[in-house]
Amino acid sequence: MKKRSSSGISNKYWLLFLSLICIALMVLSAFSEQATGVFRVLANVTVVPLQSGVNHIGTWLGDMNDNFETMEMLRTENQALQTEVNRLSAENNLLVQDKFELQRLQELFQLDQQYADYETIGARVVGISGNNWFNNFTINRGSLHGVRVDMNIIAGNGLVGIVTDVGPTWSTVRSIIDDVSNVSGMVLATSDRTIVRGDLTLINEGRMRFEQMENNENPVAVGDQIVTSYISNLFLQGLLIGYISEVNVDSNNLTRSGYIVPAVDFQNIQEVLVIMQTKADVVGMEAESIAEEMNETTDSGAGEN
Amino acid sequence: MKRLKLKRFFIGVALVLAVVLIQTTVLNLIAIANIRPNLIIILTASFGFMRGSKEGMFVGFGAGLLLDILFGNIIGFYALIYLVFGFLNGLFQQIYLDEDIKLPILLISVSSFVYGLFIYFFHFVLRGVFDFFHLLNAIILPELIYTIAATLGLYPFILFINRKLETEEKRRASKFG
Repeated sequence: MKKRSSSGISNKYWLLFLSLICIALMVLSAFSEQATGVFRVLANVTVVPLQSGVNHIGTWLGDMNDNFETMEMLRTENQALQTEVNRLSAENNLLVQDKFELQRLQELFQLDQQYADYETIGARVVGISGNNWFNNFTINRGSLHGVRVDMNIIAGNGLVGIVTDVGPTWSTVRSIIDDVSNVSGMVLATSDRTIVRGDLTLINEGRMRFEQMENNENPVAVGDQIVTSYISNLFLQGLLIGYISEVNVDSNNLTRSGYIVPAVDFQNIQEVLVIMQTKADVVGMEAESIAEEMNETTDSGAGEN
Repeated sequence: MKRLKLKRFFIGVALVLAVVLIQTTVLNLIAIANIRPNLIIILTASFGFMRGSKEGMFVGFGAGLLLDILFGNIIGFYALIYLVFGFLNGLFQQIYLDEDIKLPILLISVSSFVYGLFIYFFHFVLRGVFDFFHLLNAIILPELIYTIAATLGLYPFILFINRKLETEEKRRASKFG
């Protein structure tokens, strides 16, 4: 009996002690980035390489599974049907293509040209967030590869997210469908600005919300492209976010809102591209060149690194 | 005896590491409708009611800390939550019998549900998102059900390891005592 009560006391001391450690860590990490650096290096040598390895095995097993599940015949048939579908949808696209769409595509093409010279590096997704509430993931590139916080992440030609945390050989990315994510976007055709918001309850439907688009004369239709806007201070301009799937006029009659289907398939992201310039860099460079043109001696606001 | 304690320690560390790794990597492969079971709460709770509060706390603290390092903005948040779950489940060690699977399932379910409420409160209510019933239906309840299903797979495994270690300890104790 005596033994039990004494172990009870020591348990409570342990609880208190470990809780205090947790709270101290929380306070430390809230106030200083440096304090958590130790843990990042620790993770770098322990967990992240293991994650990467387990992931490889996982994908390999998944592929094996596919091999068993899918019969060769079904595959070839599927392929044939797929090419048929592709051909038909291409045909269909040609048929419905109108003057405005052509114009939009040309604009997109110009944007592509404009932003094609961003330097990017490829990265693999090695870890996913540990619970169902968040849509963060880790990639296997970090500060040693030149990745910095606030760099934009794309996959294919669509926007995936933004770097929120950097370790030596890994970084954490918050995807744009995460519930806390807000991206300033605009309709490519009309340049109407809007706020694109991730919503936890819409993730399963593969959609995101957009809000606060001005209800003006410009027509906005289902299928229009939404890209990142020129006023966003974190995202580079003109990265494709997704396509409008539904648009409604709000009850205040001043704004429009609706839903977007993201351009990226967030369920199966494996490889991503990190754009090695942040918006601050780009804006800084522009400010610098303007400052040079105006022959100003001060270059304040230019070196936002 | 010392050697056995060391063995138990290393097996504990390996289990925590393995579960955190699985949780953060390949669990996507078995996700249903974007919902994954919470293996970490199963491990923490199991160690709590099997081995007592102290080991439950250590396991919860370790696993939570790993999660924090990998994904948390604030280090220590998940460590504290899982720590408390380890401790509270440890209080049920007195009435736990390892033949009975009802109590473990009940404790793990309650833990998982309360965990959902915690996350909802700290990450959503404090941010001004009050859409409780929607999130309850979309996340908390599906996660709870999937976690119970995963318990049926993971719990016997943890139980098996624990029994094996316990028989070894008993054999040692009788040998020397």
